[in-house]
Amino acid sequence: MIRKAFWTLVALVGAFAVGGVALHRGETINAMWIVVAALCIYSLGYRFYSAWVAAKVLSVDPTRATPALRLNNGRDFMPTHRWIVFGHHFAAIAGPGPLIGPTLAAQFGYLPGTLWILVGGVLGGCVQDMTILFLSTRRNGRSLGQMARDELGPVGGFAAMLGTLTIMIILIAVLGLVVVNAMKHSPWATSTVFATIPIAVLVGLYLRNIRPGRVLEGSLIGLALLLFAVVGGGWVDSHPALRELFNLQGKPLAWFVIGYGFIAAVLPVWLLLAPRDYLSTFLKLGTVLLLIVAVILMRPEIHMPAVTQFIDGSGPIFGGALFPFVFITIACGAISGFHALVSSGTTPKLIGNESDVRLIGYGSMMLESVVAVMAMIAATLLEPGVYFAINSAPGIVGATAEAAVTTISSWGFPVTVDQMAFLAKEMGESTLFARTGGAPSLAVGMASIFSSAFGESMLAIWYHFAIMFEAVFILTTLDAGTRVGRFMLQDALGHVWKPMGETSWYPSVLISSGLVVAGWGYFLYIGVVDPNGGINILWPLFGIANQLLAGIALSVATGILIKQGKLRYSWVTGVPLAWLAIITTSATWEKVVSDDPRIGFLSAANQMAAKLASGAMSPEQAAVAPQLIFNQRLDAVLAVLLSAILWVVIADMVRVSLRAIRGQPVPPNSEAPHVHISSIKLGAEAA
Amino acid sequence: MSMQRLTSFLGLAWSMIRSLATDDAYDKYLAHHAHAHAGSPPMSRRAFYLKQQQSKWTGVSRCC
Repeated sequence: MIRKAFWTLVALVGAFAVGGVALHRGETINAMWIVVAALCIYSLGYRFYSAWVAAKVLSVDPTRATPALRLNNGRDFMPTHRWIVFGHHFAAIAGPGPLIGPTLAAQFGYLPGTLWILVGGVLGGCVQDMTILFLSTRRNGRSLGQMARDELGPVGGFAAMLGTLTIMIILIAVLGLVVVNAMKHSPWATSTVFATIPIAVLVGLYLRNIRPGRVLEGSLIGLALLLFAVVGGGWVDSHPALRELFNLQGKPLAWFVIGYGFIAAVLPVWLLLAPRDYLSTFLKLGTVLLLIVAVILMRPEIHMPAVTQFIDGSGPIFGGALFPFVFITIACGAISGFHALVSSGTTPKLIGNESDVRLIGYGSMMLESVVAVMAMIAATLLEPGVYFAINSAPGIVGATAEAAVTTISSWGFPVTVDQMAFLAKEMGESTLFARTGGAPSLAVGMASIFSSAFGESMLAIWYHFAIMFEAVFILTTLDAGTRVGRFMLQDALGHVWKPMGETSWYPSVLISSGLVVAGWGYFLYIGVVDPNGGINILWPLFGIANQLLAGIALSVATGILIKQGKLRYSWVTGVPLAWLAIITTSATWEKVVSDDPRIGFLSAANQMAAKLASGAMSPEQAAVAPQLIFNQRLDAVLAVLLSAILWVVIADMVRVSLRAIRGQPVPPNSEAPHVHISSIKLGAEAA
Repeated sequence: MSMQRLTSFLGLAWSMIRSLATDDAYDKYLAHHAHAHAGSPPMSRRAFYLKQQQSKWTGVSRCC
């Protein structure tokens, strides 16, 4: 009875808060409205929907022995406490994506993105993560690609592999671009980010040679050095000669990131990748907690309107209307296909009991969704004029500060040159105009929250701490992604010529790593030379690729449900799948055929080609124009390819499902046989 | 009593932190090894650490 009353109260408070967030039309709204709405929706989603899905749709069986119990080898297969697995799984799924997507989508106002994060998370992303985690746990921790092959057939398996490789390339390119844009002409940020590399190597040596495997010690030493590097960057910035050394253009920084990616991919993991990951994980968990605490302590006012005029598609940060682009821009935080790869990787091998998949799969994604909400708050608490000045490329608002403030103020978001100069000075930067990519504006937002909660005088330190924090885990994703891409490529090339498939044969390592780095390096480089900022092109492509991967994961899940005779529950994964198919296909359609050169790849290419032919371009513009034209056409092909992959997988799933419904033969259920939990426990005692 | 509770709580928190950081992975491996492969010598701490890192970074273990 008390329980019922409690949940009714949560539902009422949640409905009231969502209504408040949605209908509020004043000058500002307090961020606590969003926080309360989010907490109520997550609680209800977890308490009721996830429990129902686990019990009815997945038929979670707590008496069934998990692979961690059956195949326990003391290393990768090992039953582990559910909160520990939760921590590992959350650290694995939460990267820079949920921070950047909402920051960019804030150009539509705070409302559309926030609603999509909440609804997409509770009904889409969390369900996907939990379902794939469960299915993989039932299949001894098989990967998404293997499950697609086993349960649907070779076509689905191949499409999943191709989709994964493509998303990896685009993801790394766009994240590389975010880091380059954050370091461009910022000696403080650049020197701090550079310093993270030797610090990671030092920690790597410590963990291998001095105190093997003492991760806590090594990480604490590394974290202390990182904080020192943030402060040290300030000294570099105030030293005239050192300042010039680290005051770099976009192009050399892009080459640096490309070279770094290649070296990191071929070095032994213990030297750079593993220690960097430990540091980024501690930073990530610490900063996310700090951000949540600071937002609740400070209860900042949101200055962005609920909905801006840019829902019509004329937005300065990326072109495209609210539908479908808000759903493409925010992938991580609402639904992210990439999580399906992690949920079918290390995590299922650690699960001690099937009933834990609810907390670990659904719960971790809920927390990632909270991170996305926090990023949305950090972006929208800025004065909108400031937000647009930081995030708009010079190709859109004008190259000079005066031109930019005039354009932005004319949209109804007043901002002045003095205001921006003062803000830049406070943050320890030379300018904050046209710092596209989301990282700088997020850092300004986080710095204002942190400094008002924990010390007003340290804005510049907090700003560069936030930049360092983002850069550290972007570089981790870059290393790790390049390695995964390399293994996939080696696997594929091994079918063509055997020796290429040997993962430790050095020529194969160098060639395949070089190919992967060249793939993302190309998109990164073009993004840097593009006067419209590159993010405008790459982020939607990344969103489409990520949603495509989620579509593949949900297709596999839906197919399995139907094969197992659960047709009436198949809407649980089928409805999110249908929604993803609609948004990715319509986004692809617009990105390819739209007449607006800010949206359509082809019309942008044609417009540029016409301008080049008529001689209306400056010599610098004309020099890069052929590359940009080729790239726009390539992007169009890529977008079509991505959508085609998704439809092939959906068609394959429908084919297998129809056969299953008609009672025709289908690929057999690939679940590991049922073993009762007690027989393992008895076996362990007897041994 | 309350002191005892506090120490046991702190002990639990500390072991959770060690677990999250994978500081206790080698101890767990030794325990498993002693029980499942008694007789054969276990890996050294360093060899175990390097092997763990290698297998962790062969698949997808980090996301966007």
